[in-house]
Amino acid sequence: MPAYLIELLYLLSGVLFIMGLRGMSHPETARRGMFYAEFGMLIAIVGTLMQHEIVRYDWIIAGLAIGSLLGLAMGLWVPMTAMPQRTAFSHAFGAAAAGLVGVSEYYRHGGHLEPFKMGALGFEVLLGSLTTTGSLIACGKLQGLLPGKPLLFKGQNVFNMTLLALTVACFVSLLVHPQATSAFYLMIGLALIFGVLLVIPIGSADMPVVMSLLNSYAGLASAATGFALGNNVLIIAGTLDGFSGFILSILMCKAMNRSITNVLFGAFGSVSGHAAAAQTGEMREIGVEDAATQLAYARQVVFVPGYGMATAQAQHVIRELGETLEERGVTVKFAIHPVAGRMPGHMNVLLAEANVPYSELYELEQINPDFPSTDVAVIVGANDVVNPDARDNPGSPIAGMPILEVDRAKLAIVLKRGKGRGFSGLENPLFFKENTAMLYGDAKDSLTRLVQAVHKL
Amino acid sequence: MNILSLIPSLYVFVLAAFLGYQVISRVPPLLHTPLMSATNAISAISLVGSLVAAGANYNKVSTVLGFVAVVCATTNVVGGFVITDRMLRMFKRRPGPAEKGGKE
Repeated sequence: MPAYLIELLYLLSGVLFIMGLRGMSHPETARRGMFYAEFGMLIAIVGTLMQHEIVRYDWIIAGLAIGSLLGLAMGLWVPMTAMPQRTAFSHAFGAAAAGLVGVSEYYRHGGHLEPFKMGALGFEVLLGSLTTTGSLIACGKLQGLLPGKPLLFKGQNVFNMTLLALTVACFVSLLVHPQATSAFYLMIGLALIFGVLLVIPIGSADMPVVMSLLNSYAGLASAATGFALGNNVLIIAGTLDGFSGFILSILMCKAMNRSITNVLFGAFGSVSGHAAAAQTGEMREIGVEDAATQLAYARQVVFVPGYGMATAQAQHVIRELGETLEERGVTVKFAIHPVAGRMPGHMNVLLAEANVPYSELYELEQINPDFPSTDVAVIVGANDVVNPDARDNPGSPIAGMPILEVDRAKLAIVLKRGKGRGFSGLENPLFFKENTAMLYGDAKDSLTRLVQAVHKL
Repeated sequence: MNILSLIPSLYVFVLAAFLGYQVISRVPPLLHTPLMSATNAISAISLVGSLVAAGANYNKVSTVLGFVAVVCATTNVVGGFVITDRMLRMFKRRPGPAEKGGKE
Protein backbone atom coordinates (compact mmCIF):
# COMPACT_ATOMS: atom_id res chain seq x y z
CA MET A 1 0.00 0.00 0.00
CA PRO A 2 1.40 3.43 -0.88
CA ALA A 3 2.71 5.42 2.08
CA TYR A 4 0.27 8.31 1.62
CA LEU A 5 -2.69 5.93 1.98
CA ILE A 6 -1.32 4.61 5.23
CA GLU A 7 -0.86 8.17 6.47
CA LEU A 8 -4.48 8.92 5.56
CA LEU A 9 -5.60 5.85 7.49
CA TYR A 10 -3.65 7.13 10.51
CA LEU A 11 -5.34 10.52 10.16
CA LEU A 12 -8.75 8.86 10.10
CA SER A 13 -7.85 6.83 13.14
CA GLY A 14 -6.78 9.98 15.01
CA VAL A 15 -10.13 11.61 14.21
CA LEU A 16 -11.99 8.52 15.41
CA PHE A 17 -10.09 8.57 18.73
CA ILE A 18 -11.11 12.17 19.32
CA MET A 19 -14.73 11.44 18.44
CA GLY A 20 -14.57 8.46 20.77
CA LEU A 21 -13.44 10.53 23.74
CA ARG A 22 -16.00 13.20 22.91
CA GLY A 23 -18.68 10.55 23.36
CA MET A 24 -17.49 10.16 26.95
CA SER A 25 -19.15 13.46 27.86
CA HIS A 26 -22.42 11.63 28.49
CA PRO A 27 -23.27 8.05 29.54
CA GLU A 28 -25.79 7.85 26.70
CA THR A 29 -23.18 8.45 23.99
CA ALA A 30 -20.18 6.86 25.67
CA ARG A 31 -20.59 3.36 24.28
CA ARG A 32 -21.03 4.60 20.72
CA GLY A 33 -17.92 6.74 21.22
CA MET A 34 -15.95 3.70 22.23
CA PHE A 35 -17.00 1.90 19.06
CA TYR A 36 -15.49 4.80 17.09
CA ALA A 37 -12.28 4.49 19.08
CA GLU A 38 -12.14 0.72 18.60
CA PHE A 39 -12.65 1.18 14.87
CA GLY A 40 -9.89 3.79 14.87
CA MET A 41 -7.53 1.35 16.54
CA LEU A 42 -8.40 -1.35 14.00
CA ILE A 43 -7.68 1.00 11.09
CA ALA A 44 -4.34 2.01 12.59
CA ILE A 45 -3.31 -1.63 13.05
CA VAL A 46 -4.36 -2.64 9.54
CA GLY A 47 -2.56 0.37 8.07
CA THR A 48 0.60 -0.51 9.96
CA LEU A 49 0.53 -4.12 8.81
CA MET A 50 0.49 -2.84 5.22
CA GLN A 51 3.75 -0.94 5.68
CA HIS A 52 6.58 -2.09 3.47
CA GLU A 53 9.02 -2.28 6.40
CA ILE A 54 7.14 -5.25 7.75
CA VAL A 55 8.51 -8.37 6.10
CA ARG A 56 7.75 -11.15 8.54
CA TYR A 57 4.50 -11.84 10.32
CA ASP A 58 5.30 -14.82 12.59
CA TRP A 59 6.25 -12.78 15.68
CA ILE A 60 3.48 -10.27 15.02
CA ILE A 61 0.77 -12.92 14.82
CA ALA A 62 2.08 -14.66 17.94
CA GLY A 63 2.20 -11.36 19.83
CA LEU A 64 -1.27 -10.28 18.73
CA ALA A 65 -2.71 -13.68 19.66
CA ILE A 66 -1.12 -13.84 23.13
CA GLY A 67 -1.98 -10.21 23.84
CA SER A 68 -5.59 -10.64 22.74
CA LEU A 69 -6.04 -13.69 24.96
CA LEU A 70 -4.48 -11.94 27.97
CA GLY A 71 -6.52 -8.80 27.33
CA LEU A 72 -9.74 -10.70 26.86
CA ALA A 73 -9.17 -12.70 30.04
CA MET A 74 -8.45 -9.54 31.99
CA GLY A 75 -11.30 -7.62 30.43
CA LEU A 76 -13.93 -10.26 31.05
CA TRP A 77 -13.05 -11.61 34.47
CA VAL A 78 -11.64 -8.79 36.54
CA PRO A 79 -14.29 -7.82 39.11
CA MET A 80 -15.34 -4.15 39.28
CA THR A 81 -13.97 -3.83 42.81
CA ALA A 82 -10.51 -4.68 41.43
CA MET A 83 -10.69 -1.98 38.77
CA PRO A 84 -7.95 0.20 40.35
CA GLN A 85 -5.44 -2.67 40.39
CA ARG A 86 -6.30 -3.63 36.85
CA THR A 87 -5.90 -0.08 35.62
CA ALA A 88 -2.54 0.31 37.38
CA PHE A 89 -1.44 -2.99 35.85
CA SER A 90 -2.35 -1.89 32.36
CA HIS A 91 -0.55 1.43 32.85
CA ALA A 92 2.53 -0.72 33.46
CA PHE A 93 1.88 -2.68 30.27
CA GLY A 94 1.30 0.41 28.13
CA ALA A 95 4.40 2.13 29.45
CA ALA A 96 6.48 -1.03 29.00
CA ALA A 97 5.35 -1.31 25.37
CA ALA A 98 6.41 2.28 24.67
CA GLY A 99 9.72 1.81 26.51
CA LEU A 100 10.54 -1.42 24.67
CA VAL A 101 9.88 0.16 21.29
CA GLY A 102 12.32 2.89 22.32
CA VAL A 103 15.02 0.42 23.34
CA SER A 104 14.55 -1.56 20.15
CA GLU A 105 14.83 1.61 18.09
CA TYR A 106 17.98 2.70 19.92
CA TYR A 107 19.56 -0.73 19.57
CA ARG A 108 18.77 -0.86 15.85
CA HIS A 109 20.58 2.40 15.19
CA GLY A 110 23.41 1.54 17.52
CA GLY A 111 23.10 5.01 18.98
CA HIS A 112 23.72 6.79 15.66
CA LEU A 113 20.90 9.23 16.13
CA GLU A 114 20.16 12.88 15.58
CA PRO A 115 20.05 14.82 18.86
CA PHE A 116 16.33 15.54 18.56
CA LYS A 117 15.46 11.94 17.83
CA MET A 118 17.66 10.90 20.73
CA GLY A 119 15.74 13.38 22.88
CA ALA A 120 12.40 11.88 21.90
CA LEU A 121 13.71 8.35 22.43
CA GLY A 122 15.16 9.39 25.78
CA PHE A 123 11.83 10.77 26.98
CA GLU A 124 10.05 7.70 25.74
CA VAL A 125 12.36 5.27 27.50
CA LEU A 126 12.59 7.37 30.66
CA LEU A 127 8.83 7.79 31.08
CA GLY A 128 8.21 4.22 29.96
CA SER A 129 10.60 2.74 32.52
CA LEU A 130 9.58 4.74 35.55
CA THR A 131 5.87 4.33 34.79
CA THR A 132 6.29 0.57 34.41
CA THR A 133 7.81 -0.01 37.84
CA GLY A 134 5.76 2.75 39.48
CA SER A 135 2.52 1.24 38.20
CA LEU A 136 3.54 -2.24 39.29
CA ILE A 137 4.16 -0.95 42.82
CA ALA A 138 0.81 0.90 42.76
CA CYS A 139 -0.85 -2.30 41.58
CA GLY A 140 0.83 -4.29 44.37
CA LYS A 141 -0.34 -1.77 46.96
CA LEU A 142 -3.91 -1.76 45.66
CA GLN A 143 -4.02 -5.54 45.49
CA GLY A 144 -2.72 -5.74 49.06
CA LEU A 145 0.48 -7.55 48.08
CA LEU A 146 2.46 -4.60 49.41
CA PRO A 147 1.63 -2.58 52.54
CA GLY A 148 -0.76 0.27 51.77
CA LYS A 149 0.88 2.54 54.33
CA PRO A 150 3.51 4.94 53.03
CA LEU A 151 6.98 3.36 53.12
CA LEU A 152 9.45 5.89 54.42
CA PHE A 153 13.13 6.09 55.21
CA LYS A 154 15.45 8.81 56.37
CA GLY A 155 16.58 11.25 53.71
CA GLN A 156 14.09 9.83 51.24
CA ASN A 157 13.43 13.05 49.36
CA VAL A 158 17.14 13.87 49.09
CA PHE A 159 17.87 10.34 47.89
CA ASN A 160 15.08 10.44 45.31
CA MET A 161 16.14 13.86 44.05
CA THR A 162 19.75 12.68 43.68
CA LEU A 163 18.56 9.64 41.75
CA LEU A 164 16.43 11.82 39.51
CA ALA A 165 19.34 14.21 38.96
CA LEU A 166 21.59 11.28 37.95
CA THR A 167 18.95 10.02 35.56
CA VAL A 168 18.60 13.43 33.96
CA ALA A 169 22.40 13.70 33.75
CA CYS A 170 22.50 10.44 31.78
CA PHE A 171 19.79 11.81 29.52
CA VAL A 172 21.65 15.05 28.86
CA SER A 173 24.94 13.25 28.17
CA LEU A 174 23.08 11.06 25.67
CA LEU A 175 21.90 14.16 23.82
CA VAL A 176 25.55 15.11 23.35
CA HIS A 177 26.92 11.59 22.82
CA PRO A 178 24.10 9.36 21.59
CA GLN A 179 26.56 6.50 21.05
CA ALA A 180 27.28 6.17 24.77
CA THR A 181 25.28 2.95 25.11
CA SER A 182 26.26 2.45 28.75
CA ALA A 183 24.67 5.81 29.64
CA PHE A 184 21.50 4.70 27.85
CA TYR A 185 21.17 1.47 29.79
CA LEU A 186 22.21 3.14 33.04
CA MET A 187 19.44 5.68 32.48
CA ILE A 188 16.91 2.87 32.06
CA GLY A 189 18.10 1.19 35.26
CA LEU A 190 17.94 4.42 37.24
CA ALA A 191 14.49 5.25 35.86
CA LEU A 192 13.22 1.80 36.84
CA ILE A 193 14.44 2.33 40.42
CA PHE A 194 13.07 5.87 40.49
CA GLY A 195 9.63 4.56 39.51
CA VAL A 196 9.63 2.27 42.55
CA LEU A 197 10.80 5.03 44.89
CA LEU A 198 8.23 7.46 43.52
CA VAL A 199 5.29 5.31 44.55
CA ILE A 200 6.36 3.53 47.76
CA PRO A 201 6.00 6.65 49.98
CA ILE A 202 2.41 7.19 48.83
CA GLY A 203 -0.46 6.05 51.02
CA SER A 204 -3.51 4.23 49.70
CA ALA A 205 -5.78 7.22 50.24
CA ASP A 206 -3.71 9.25 47.77
CA MET A 207 -3.94 6.55 45.12
CA PRO A 208 -6.45 8.44 42.92
CA VAL A 209 -3.83 11.14 42.28
CA VAL A 210 -1.04 8.68 41.62
CA MET A 211 -3.21 6.59 39.32
CA SER A 212 -4.03 9.70 37.29
CA LEU A 213 -0.38 10.74 37.14
CA LEU A 214 0.77 7.31 35.97
CA ASN A 215 -2.04 7.41 33.41
CA SER A 216 -0.62 10.68 32.17
CA TYR A 217 2.99 9.40 32.04
CA ALA A 218 1.96 6.30 30.12
CA GLY A 219 0.24 8.51 27.55
CA LEU A 220 3.17 10.88 27.27
CA ALA A 221 5.49 7.90 26.76
CA SER A 222 3.34 6.94 23.77
CA ALA A 223 3.42 10.51 22.48
CA ALA A 224 7.22 10.53 22.76
CA THR A 225 7.25 7.29 20.74
CA GLY A 226 5.34 9.21 18.08
CA PHE A 227 8.02 11.92 18.05
CA ALA A 228 10.79 9.33 17.81
CA LEU A 229 9.13 7.42 14.97
CA GLY A 230 7.69 10.49 13.28
CA ASN A 231 4.19 9.03 13.56
CA ASN A 232 1.37 11.52 14.08
CA VAL A 233 -1.35 9.17 15.24
CA LEU A 234 0.91 8.07 18.08
CA ILE A 235 1.39 11.70 19.06
CA ILE A 236 -2.35 12.40 18.95
CA ALA A 237 -3.43 9.34 20.94
CA GLY A 238 -0.57 9.63 23.42
CA THR A 239 -1.23 13.32 24.01
CA LEU A 240 -4.95 12.75 24.55
CA ASP A 241 -4.11 10.12 27.18
CA GLY A 242 -1.39 12.27 28.69
CA PHE A 243 -3.70 15.24 29.07
CA SER A 244 -6.59 13.18 30.32
CA GLY A 245 -4.41 11.82 33.12
CA PHE A 246 -3.05 15.28 33.83
CA ILE A 247 -6.52 16.84 34.10
CA LEU A 248 -7.68 14.02 36.34
CA SER A 249 -4.71 14.42 38.68
CA ILE A 250 -5.43 18.14 38.99
CA LEU A 251 -9.10 17.45 39.73
CA MET A 252 -8.13 14.86 42.35
CA CYS A 253 -5.66 17.23 43.98
CA LYS A 254 -8.29 19.98 44.09
CA ALA A 255 -10.70 17.54 45.71
CA MET A 256 -8.16 17.09 48.50
CA ASN A 257 -6.97 20.72 48.57
CA ARG A 258 -3.38 19.62 48.07
CA SER A 259 -0.73 20.21 45.45
CA ILE A 260 0.79 17.47 43.34
CA THR A 261 4.18 18.02 44.97
CA ASN A 262 2.58 17.61 48.37
CA VAL A 263 1.02 14.31 47.34
CA LEU A 264 4.26 12.98 45.85
CA PHE A 265 6.66 14.13 48.53
CA GLY A 266 4.43 14.86 51.51
CA ALA A 267 3.97 11.22 52.59
CA PHE A 268 0.52 11.90 53.95
CA GLY A 269 -0.85 9.57 56.59
CA SER A 270 2.47 8.96 58.27
CA VAL A 271 1.96 11.75 60.75
CA SER A 272 -0.94 11.40 63.12
CA GLY A 273 -3.13 14.46 63.37
CA HIS A 274 -1.44 16.27 66.22
CA ALA A 275 -3.09 19.50 65.17
CA ALA A 276 -6.57 18.05 65.55
CA ALA A 277 -7.87 18.73 69.02
CA ALA A 278 -8.14 15.49 70.98
CA GLN A 279 -11.77 14.47 70.93
CA THR A 280 -13.17 13.44 74.24
CA GLY A 281 -16.86 13.38 73.47
CA GLU A 282 -19.12 10.40 73.60
CA MET A 283 -19.93 8.37 70.50
CA ARG A 284 -23.59 7.45 70.37
CA GLU A 285 -24.40 3.95 69.23
CA ILE A 286 -27.62 3.08 67.44
CA GLY A 287 -29.32 -0.30 67.07
CA VAL A 288 -30.42 -1.78 63.75
CA GLU A 289 -34.14 -1.44 64.58
CA ASP A 290 -33.81 2.23 65.53
CA ALA A 291 -31.76 2.99 62.46
CA ALA A 292 -34.28 1.18 60.25
CA THR A 293 -37.14 3.21 61.74
CA GLN A 294 -35.29 6.46 61.11
CA LEU A 295 -34.68 5.44 57.50
CA ALA A 296 -38.17 4.12 56.82
CA TYR A 297 -39.93 7.26 58.02
CA ALA A 298 -37.51 9.73 56.45
CA ARG A 299 -38.42 11.91 53.50
CA GLN A 300 -34.92 12.00 52.06
CA VAL A 301 -32.00 9.63 52.63
CA VAL A 302 -28.51 10.22 51.21
CA PHE A 303 -25.99 7.40 51.07
CA VAL A 304 -22.30 8.33 51.17
CA PRO A 305 -20.11 5.44 50.00
CA GLY A 306 -16.35 5.22 50.48
CA TYR A 307 -13.65 2.67 49.86
CA GLY A 308 -15.03 0.62 52.75
CA MET A 309 -18.07 -0.15 50.60
CA ALA A 310 -15.78 -1.68 47.98
CA THR A 311 -13.82 -3.80 50.45
CA ALA A 312 -17.03 -5.04 52.06
CA GLN A 313 -18.54 -5.68 48.57
CA ALA A 314 -21.59 -3.87 49.91
CA GLN A 315 -22.68 -2.08 46.70
CA HIS A 316 -25.48 -4.57 45.96
CA VAL A 317 -26.98 -4.45 49.46
CA ILE A 318 -26.84 -0.66 49.43
CA ARG A 319 -28.90 -0.65 46.24
CA GLU A 320 -31.34 -3.11 47.81
CA LEU A 321 -31.76 -0.88 50.85
CA GLY A 322 -32.18 2.12 48.58
CA GLU A 323 -34.89 0.39 46.56
CA THR A 324 -36.69 -0.82 49.68
CA LEU A 325 -36.78 2.74 50.96
CA GLU A 326 -37.94 4.10 47.61
CA GLU A 327 -40.84 1.66 47.61
CA ARG A 328 -41.91 3.31 50.87
CA GLY A 329 -41.80 6.71 49.20
CA VAL A 330 -38.44 7.87 50.53
CA THR A 331 -36.30 9.96 48.18
CA VAL A 332 -32.94 8.22 47.88
CA LYS A 333 -29.72 9.83 46.64
CA PHE A 334 -26.09 8.79 46.52
CA ALA A 335 -23.37 11.36 47.22
CA ILE A 336 -20.03 10.67 45.57
CA HIS A 337 -16.89 12.50 46.65
CA PRO A 338 -14.33 12.84 43.82
CA VAL A 339 -11.61 11.03 45.77
CA ALA A 340 -13.81 8.35 47.34
CA GLY A 341 -12.24 5.00 46.52
CA ARG A 342 -8.86 4.32 45.02
CA MET A 343 -9.23 5.81 41.55
CA PRO A 344 -11.27 8.62 39.97
CA GLY A 345 -14.91 7.60 39.58
CA HIS A 346 -14.44 4.30 41.40
CA MET A 347 -17.68 4.53 43.45
CA ASN A 348 -19.80 5.44 40.42
CA VAL A 349 -18.75 2.28 38.63
CA LEU A 350 -19.45 0.06 41.64
CA LEU A 351 -22.92 1.53 42.16
CA ALA A 352 -23.67 1.32 38.46
CA GLU A 353 -22.65 -2.34 38.63
CA ALA A 354 -25.21 -2.79 41.40
CA ASN A 355 -27.89 -1.33 39.09
CA VAL A 356 -28.20 2.06 40.73
CA PRO A 357 -29.40 4.38 37.94
CA TYR A 358 -26.87 7.15 37.31
CA SER A 359 -29.50 9.82 37.84
CA GLU A 360 -29.33 8.96 41.56
CA LEU A 361 -25.56 9.55 41.75
CA TYR A 362 -24.76 13.11 42.82
CA GLU A 363 -21.49 15.03 42.75
CA LEU A 364 -20.18 17.00 45.69
CA GLU A 365 -21.36 20.44 44.54
CA GLN A 366 -24.78 19.11 43.59
CA ILE A 367 -25.53 17.32 46.83
CA ASN A 368 -24.07 19.61 49.52
CA PRO A 369 -26.95 22.14 49.39
CA ASP A 370 -29.29 19.17 49.89
CA PHE A 371 -27.92 17.98 53.23
CA PRO A 372 -29.81 20.47 55.46
CA SER A 373 -33.07 19.10 54.05
CA THR A 374 -31.91 15.50 54.37
CA ASP A 375 -33.37 13.44 57.21
CA VAL A 376 -30.77 10.70 57.30
CA ALA A 377 -27.30 10.52 55.77
CA VAL A 378 -25.85 7.00 55.77
CA ILE A 379 -22.05 6.87 55.62
CA VAL A 380 -20.75 3.52 54.40
CA GLY A 381 -17.02 3.02 54.65
CA ALA A 382 -16.12 6.69 54.13
CA ASN A 383 -14.22 8.78 56.67
CA ASP A 384 -11.99 11.67 55.61
CA VAL A 385 -14.38 12.84 52.91
CA VAL A 386 -17.02 13.55 55.59
CA ASN A 387 -14.65 14.92 58.24
CA PRO A 388 -16.00 18.34 59.31
CA ASP A 389 -12.51 19.27 60.58
CA ALA A 390 -11.53 19.89 56.95
CA ARG A 391 -14.03 22.75 56.93
CA ASP A 392 -13.92 23.98 60.53
CA ASN A 393 -10.38 23.45 61.81
CA PRO A 394 -7.68 25.36 59.89
CA GLY A 395 -5.01 23.39 61.78
CA SER A 396 -6.19 20.05 60.52
CA PRO A 397 -3.92 18.22 58.07
CA ILE A 398 -6.85 18.00 55.68
CA ALA A 399 -7.96 21.63 56.20
CA GLY A 400 -9.60 23.11 53.12
CA MET A 401 -10.44 19.80 51.54
CA PRO A 402 -13.99 19.99 50.20
CA ILE A 403 -16.18 17.56 52.13
CA LEU A 404 -19.64 16.10 51.90
CA GLU A 405 -21.42 18.01 54.64
CA VAL A 406 -23.26 15.10 56.22
CA ASP A 407 -23.10 16.82 59.62
CA ARG A 408 -25.74 19.25 58.31
CA ALA A 409 -28.24 16.42 57.86
CA LYS A 410 -30.77 15.91 60.65
CA LEU A 411 -29.17 12.55 61.42
CA ALA A 412 -25.97 10.95 60.21
CA ILE A 413 -25.65 7.20 60.64
CA VAL A 414 -22.07 6.00 60.31
CA LEU A 415 -21.52 2.36 59.42
CA LYS A 416 -18.14 1.41 60.78
CA ARG A 417 -16.22 -1.73 61.66
CA GLY A 418 -15.03 -0.59 65.06
CA LYS A 419 -14.26 2.45 67.14
CA GLY A 420 -10.78 2.96 65.65
CA ARG A 421 -9.63 5.83 63.50
CA GLY A 422 -9.89 5.73 59.75
CA PHE A 423 -7.14 4.96 57.32
CA SER A 424 -5.45 8.32 57.53
CA GLY A 425 -5.26 8.08 61.31
CA LEU A 426 -7.16 11.33 61.72
CA GLU A 427 -9.77 11.73 64.41
CA ASN A 428 -13.17 12.49 62.90
CA PRO A 429 -15.24 14.93 65.01
CA LEU A 430 -18.32 13.90 63.04
CA PHE A 431 -18.49 10.72 65.13
CA PHE A 432 -18.87 12.76 68.35
CA LYS A 433 -21.61 15.09 67.14
CA GLU A 434 -25.04 15.00 68.72
CA ASN A 435 -26.80 14.25 65.47
CA THR A 436 -24.47 11.38 64.61
CA ALA A 437 -25.14 7.75 65.46
CA MET A 438 -22.73 4.87 65.03
CA LEU A 439 -23.78 1.48 63.71
CA TYR A 440 -20.89 -0.90 64.31
CA GLY A 441 -20.19 -4.04 62.34
CA ASP A 442 -19.32 -5.23 58.85
CA ALA A 443 -20.92 -2.84 56.35
CA LYS A 444 -22.49 -5.55 54.22
CA ASP A 445 -23.88 -7.34 57.26
CA SER A 446 -25.29 -4.15 58.81
CA LEU A 447 -26.95 -3.15 55.55
CA THR A 448 -28.51 -6.59 55.12
CA ARG A 449 -29.97 -6.39 58.61
CA LEU A 450 -31.24 -2.87 57.89
CA VAL A 451 -33.06 -4.13 54.78
CA GLN A 452 -34.73 -6.89 56.80
CA ALA A 453 -35.64 -4.47 59.60
CA VAL A 454 -37.18 -1.95 57.17
CA HIS A 455 -39.23 -4.74 55.57
CA LYS A 456 -40.67 -5.67 58.98
CA LEU A 457 -41.90 -2.16 59.68
CA MET B 1 16.61 14.45 9.24
CA ASN B 2 17.07 17.88 10.73
CA ILE B 3 15.48 19.87 13.48
CA LEU B 4 12.91 21.40 11.12
CA SER B 5 11.24 18.00 10.71
CA LEU B 6 10.38 18.26 14.39
CA ILE B 7 8.11 21.24 13.79
CA PRO B 8 5.12 19.39 12.22
CA SER B 9 5.23 16.87 15.09
CA LEU B 10 5.26 19.76 17.53
CA TYR B 11 2.21 21.28 15.85
CA VAL B 12 0.35 18.00 16.15
CA PHE B 13 1.35 17.66 19.80
CA VAL B 14 0.32 21.17 20.81
CA LEU B 15 -2.98 21.07 18.93
CA ALA B 16 -3.76 17.60 20.30
CA ALA B 17 -3.04 18.92 23.78
CA PHE B 18 -5.53 21.79 23.36
CA LEU B 19 -8.11 19.51 21.86
CA GLY B 20 -7.53 16.94 24.61
CA TYR B 21 -8.07 19.60 27.25
CA GLN B 22 -11.36 20.68 25.64
CA VAL B 23 -12.67 17.16 25.15
CA ILE B 24 -11.61 15.69 28.50
CA SER B 25 -12.90 18.66 30.52
CA ARG B 26 -16.39 17.79 29.36
CA VAL B 27 -16.27 14.27 30.77
CA PRO B 28 -18.37 14.14 33.98
CA PRO B 29 -16.83 12.62 37.16
CA LEU B 30 -19.43 9.89 36.78
CA LEU B 31 -17.40 8.46 33.89
CA HIS B 32 -13.87 9.06 35.16
CA THR B 33 -13.06 5.39 35.66
CA PRO B 34 -14.21 4.33 32.16
CA LEU B 35 -12.39 7.41 30.80
CA MET B 36 -9.16 6.22 32.35
CA SER B 37 -9.49 2.72 30.98
CA ALA B 38 -10.51 4.08 27.56
CA THR B 39 -7.54 6.45 27.28
CA ASN B 40 -5.40 3.57 28.43
CA ALA B 41 -6.61 1.45 25.56
CA ILE B 42 -6.16 4.33 23.11
CA SER B 43 -2.62 5.11 24.26
CA ALA B 44 -1.74 1.48 23.55
CA ILE B 45 -1.51 2.86 20.01
CA SER B 46 2.22 2.38 20.63
CA LEU B 47 1.24 -1.03 19.26
CA VAL B 48 1.82 0.59 15.87
CA GLY B 49 5.50 1.09 16.71
CA SER B 50 5.72 -2.36 18.30
CA LEU B 51 4.38 -4.04 15.16
CA VAL B 52 7.06 -2.46 13.01
CA ALA B 53 9.79 -3.44 15.47
CA ALA B 54 8.53 -7.03 15.59
CA GLY B 55 7.99 -7.44 11.87
CA ALA B 56 10.75 -5.48 10.19
CA ASN B 57 13.53 -8.07 10.63
CA TYR B 58 16.11 -5.44 11.65
CA ASN B 59 17.94 -7.83 14.00
CA LYS B 60 17.13 -10.49 16.63
CA VAL B 61 17.11 -8.15 19.64
CA SER B 62 14.80 -5.61 18.03
CA THR B 63 12.45 -8.38 16.92
CA VAL B 64 12.21 -9.92 20.39
CA LEU B 65 11.78 -6.54 22.08
CA GLY B 66 9.14 -5.71 19.50
CA PHE B 67 7.38 -9.00 20.12
CA VAL B 68 7.18 -8.37 23.88
CA ALA B 69 5.93 -4.84 23.17
CA VAL B 70 3.25 -6.22 20.83
CA VAL B 71 2.05 -8.57 23.58
CA CYS B 72 1.90 -5.75 26.16
CA ALA B 73 0.21 -3.26 23.85
CA THR B 74 -2.33 -5.76 22.48
CA THR B 75 -3.24 -6.78 26.01
CA ASN B 76 -4.02 -3.14 26.74
CA VAL B 77 -5.95 -2.54 23.54
CA VAL B 78 -8.16 -5.61 23.91
CA GLY B 79 -8.41 -5.58 27.71
CA GLY B 80 -8.95 -1.83 27.84
CA PHE B 81 -11.74 -1.69 25.29
CA VAL B 82 -13.49 -4.82 26.62
CA ILE B 83 -13.51 -3.57 30.18
CA THR B 84 -14.52 -0.02 29.20
CA ASP B 85 -17.51 -1.39 27.35
CA ARG B 86 -18.33 -3.67 30.29
CA MET B 87 -18.41 -0.64 32.56
CA LEU B 88 -20.33 1.61 30.21
CA ARG B 89 -23.02 -1.02 29.74
CA MET B 90 -23.70 -0.83 33.47
CA PHE B 91 -24.53 2.88 33.49
CA LYS B 92 -28.30 2.93 33.16
CA ARG B 93 -30.92 5.57 33.22
CA ARG B 94 -33.65 5.16 35.82
CA PRO B 95 -35.71 2.20 34.60
CA GLY B 96 -39.40 2.84 33.90
CA PRO B 97 -41.90 1.46 36.45
CA ALA B 98 -42.92 -1.44 34.19
CA GLU B 99 -39.34 -2.40 33.54
CA LYS B 100 -38.37 -2.25 37.17
CA GLY B 101 -40.50 -5.14 38.38
CA GLY B 102 -38.97 -7.66 36.03
CA LYS B 103 -35.39 -6.78 36.75
CA GLU B 104 -33.09 -8.53 39.17
